[in-house]
Amino acid sequence: MTFASHYSYWVTIVLMVAGLYIVIARGNLVKKLVGLSIFQTSVYLLYIAPGKLIGGTAPIVAEGFRVYSNPLPHVLILTAIVVGVATLALGLAIVVRVREAYGSIEEDEILAADRDGEGGA
Amino acid sequence: MSPTGLIAVSLLVPLAGSVVIALAGRWPNLREAVTLGTAAALFAAVVGLVPGVLAGARPQLFVLEMLPGIALGFRVEPLGMLFALVASGLWIVNSVYSIGYMRGNDEPHQTRFYVCFALALAATMGIAFAANLVTLFLFYEALTLVTYPLVTHHGDDEARSGGRTYLGFLLGTSIVLLLPAIIAVWAIAGTIEFTPGGLLRGAGLSNAELGLLLALFMFGIGKAALMPFHRWLPAAMVAPTPVSALLHAVAVVKAGVFAVVKVIVYVFGIDALAGVRAADWLPTVAGFTVLAASVVALRSDNLKRRLAYSTVSQLSYVVLSAALFLPLSIAAAALHIAAHAVGKITLFFAAGAIYTASHRTQVSQLDGIGRRMPWTMAAFSVAALSLIGIPPAAGFLSKWMMFQAAASAGHAVALAVLAASTLLNAAYFLPIVHAAFFRAPPVGDPAHGEAPWPIVVAVVFTAAATLALPFFAEVPLALARATAGLGAP
Amino acid sequence: MTLAHLPALVVVVPLITAPVTLILRRPAAAWALATGACAFSFIAALLLVAEVAAHGTISYHMGSWAPPWGIEYRVDILNAFVLVLVSAVAAVAMPYAWRSVAAELPRDQVYLFYTMYCLCVAGLLGMTITGDAFNLFVFMEIASLSSYVLIALGRDRRALLAAFQYLILGTIGATFFVIGVGLLYLITGTLNLADMATRLVSVQGSRPELAALAFITVGVSLKLALFPLHLWLPNAYAYAPSVVTAFLAATATKVSVYVLLRFYFSIFGVQLVGGMLPMPEVLLGLSLIAIVTASLVALWQTDLKRLLAYSSVAQIGYITLGLSMVSRDGLTASVVHLFNHGITKGALFLLVGGIALRAGRPGFERLRGLGRSMPVTSLGIVIAGLSLIGVPGTAGFISKWYLVLGAIELGRWWLAAFVVATSLIAVAYVWRFVEAAYLSEPGGQTPAPGEPPPIMLIPAWLMVAACVYFGFDTSFSVGTARDAAALMLGVSP
Repeated sequence: MTFASHYSYWVTIVLMVAGLYIVIARGNLVKKLVGLSIFQTSVYLLYIAPGKLIGGTAPIVAEGFRVYSNPLPHVLILTAIVVGVATLALGLAIVVRVREAYGSIEEDEILAADRDGEGGA
Repeated sequence: MSPTGLIAVSLLVPLAGSVVIALAGRWPNLREAVTLGTAAALFAAVVGLVPGVLAGARPQLFVLEMLPGIALGFRVEPLGMLFALVASGLWIVNSVYSIGYMRGNDEPHQTRFYVCFALALAATMGIAFAANLVTLFLFYEALTLVTYPLVTHHGDDEARSGGRTYLGFLLGTSIVLLLPAIIAVWAIAGTIEFTPGGLLRGAGLSNAELGLLLALFMFGIGKAALMPFHRWLPAAMVAPTPVSALLHAVAVVKAGVFAVVKVIVYVFGIDALAGVRAADWLPTVAGFTVLAASVVALRSDNLKRRLAYSTVSQLSYVVLSAALFLPLSIAAAALHIAAHAVGKITLFFAAGAIYTASHRTQVSQLDGIGRRMPWTMAAFSVAALSLIGIPPAAGFLSKWMMFQAAASAGHAVALAVLAASTLLNAAYFLPIVHAAFFRAPPVGDPAHGEAPWPIVVAVVFTAAATLALPFFAEVPLALARATAGLGAP
Repeated sequence: MTLAHLPALVVVVPLITAPVTLILRRPAAAWALATGACAFSFIAALLLVAEVAAHGTISYHMGSWAPPWGIEYRVDILNAFVLVLVSAVAAVAMPYAWRSVAAELPRDQVYLFYTMYCLCVAGLLGMTITGDAFNLFVFMEIASLSSYVLIALGRDRRALLAAFQYLILGTIGATFFVIGVGLLYLITGTLNLADMATRLVSVQGSRPELAALAFITVGVSLKLALFPLHLWLPNAYAYAPSVVTAFLAATATKVSVYVLLRFYFSIFGVQLVGGMLPMPEVLLGLSLIAIVTASLVALWQTDLKRLLAYSSVAQIGYITLGLSMVSRDGLTASVVHLFNHGITKGALFLLVGGIALRAGRPGFERLRGLGRSMPVTSLGIVIAGLSLIGVPGTAGFISKWYLVLGAIELGRWWLAAFVVATSLIAVAYVWRFVEAAYLSEPGGQTPAPGEPPPIMLIPAWLMVAACVYFGFDTSFSVGTARDAAALMLGVSP
């Protein structure tokens, strides 16, 4: 098992950890969402990369096509991408509302505002 | 009506009564009439069960299966019969007394008071007739919760803190100690039904395990006020006096010692416990409670507090007697439940009468009060003599049986405790009697008479009952002896 | 309508109702449709549980594609039980929502609320009933996304940040879950749960399997708010609209517990999870910490809703404690407490929502003297509170009974003592309410006398009555839980 033969997994791990780090380390709400998206993207890679077989083709039932790459992960990941997009859209919508309510999208400023005031009813 | 029907009636009547009392809240006379009627109906139902039980029948009522193998059910046996008789009979008297007290002191929230009383009696009947540990536990906890509004009746800071102590000790002991003990019995024996001879007999428990389980039960039944879990009882004195009378004579404390005796007889079995070294701590702890509580009573100037600690002490008489694990001592314990109930309720009635008439709460303020309230103080004296153990009052009979049992077992510690505590009882009761009758009232003391007539009627009635009990003792005595498996004497 | 398609319909009906309410726009119409959908799902769930109890596991093939290639909906006694809980709470909350939502949301958003509510119900029901791992993920995300929206609809602006925090944590959790599913797919080549279970036997103990187990555990634990992954819960419950809190508290975490149970016992198997791995010990430790710390934190809260939220974290600790015992009685305790806590917390939050309607935020200063101004509501809170403590005669007692029994049977006396001792903390925080409501003089902020309208009070009291009913007649709750426990452990019932 060499690095080269499993480089897709390494990329997955790097993206996963980078995404998680951004979520934790950044106080700006939009940046958190960016981190979340990067994290979710790593999962796509995790699914799709193993689906491809060396020398594999699309599943065509005909003469000469014997090794198929697995199409199922593609389908699954299309669904996951949609979920990710919906999450991102929802997250951004909440950020817009937060901006309207607090005037800021920095987490520490928002928490400070909550600590000082009671919060709008 | 069939015995099964009578069991159902004795549970449903106080429950239904509480609803009707709540509805009649706006018309005080109607409401009080409903209370009295409910109490009378309950007593009639309970009395109806007595002949059958004395003849050897054990009426049963199965309600539903709560958990697989665990039923909510009732079964009347002699000890429960005795307890139910005492409770339901004294409720009538207590209700008469309450009418006088609550109106005489212009207490607020009277409807809530009478409703909770009725619910408390329903829970007491449930405890008395419970066929198994889970049913007992259900009604035991219900009694704690239903008496909480009674204890915190006045709603002030004192009531709140007294209520916290009350609930803390009672719920604490029952949830942390009693419940695991019950579940352990289920896990070990596969049943929690009360069985003559003990349901744990043949379960193969080692002596150490028996001792440990016994400890969980004895301390878990916090209503028996075994030290150090007795503090709830003096804390509950913040309640109005009819509640204290109920707590100390009728329902709560008697439920505690009833449960203690029932567990010893029907869960462990006295034969199984007799001679088990690991159970030897129980007479010692009970004996210590008897003496320590008596000493605290001696040093208490507040009358209700003195009576509270006297109750702690007297309850441990019952536990001590039961802890001798002899048939005669079990019978003595059962009889003392009845004797102490009648005597103690008289004392509390008197304390409440004194408060209502003169607003005095301390023993040191009672000089010469016997001249102003002769009936009340006469009743107090009779009841005090009964609790000290002077014949022919009721307390003598049960104490004599305890002495006999302790002597026959050669239990020196028990004998010493009984003797010493008799002296201590005299020491903290007789001075009150002396001061009331043989000292002059303080100079400038405002004149007052007896308390309102329902109070006086109630207190005289129970004092008379204390005197009369030995002459009408066949039924209680027979029930007590039947509990222990003894025949007629 | 044939019985055969019920497994699909129980999910599809709320799912289709959502876009229809979106189009209809009128609040009354939206509410009516949503109520109809939830009622239908409830009846369907009852029929399904009766069917499973009589004839055993139901296997439904979506679109008539045979598993393991097609998606299968598989109803056994465990998820039928959870279906009943979720649909019951959803249905009971609907009459309540009519007034509560109208009071807490701007009128032009009400129909959107019902859209999201239907989606959430559909998502939770789908998570419960599906027999396909990826399908589970999809429904998990449907439920989660709609619940983020529902929480964000709260009146207080802090609801927005609470929803955002839940979004971040929840998405991480779901993503961890899907990573675990991906690893399982890589090893077994199938997504069908039953098929996966058989194929995992040959690779038991291999590193990808253990990694998958770890990812799935962490992912689901985020959703079920197991300590220390519970941080989103108090804020989310405290600031969401009252109906949302009641519904989510009663269902969302419970469905996540179901997912954990399903994966641990039906798929990975009790030998791996209970025997080879230290899962019971880890769960035990986390549960103990959750129970103690959350109960203690609850004790110090100034707001009743937050108090109940922390209490929920503690109660979830009891559920996972039963899980960690991996015994017949322990798992029975876990499943039955899933149900009992659901109805108890549902009742409590519905009643607290009634207070919120009359008084605004239910801080303890506003609760003083509530016993006199809102006697029916206060009594309901006391009774449900007794169920939370575990007083006999309530549903909570049944759960405590089995937890202590499970501990004693394993010989862990200290654990039995722990369970009962921590109940005393619950006594303390329930009694805070009792003292405030009944033993305190009304302050300036106590609401004027008057109960919430009957349409809100009746559903709440229905759940309170259920708390008492299931404390006496346990044939459904305990019977089903015992069968489910037997099924999971692979022993005969």
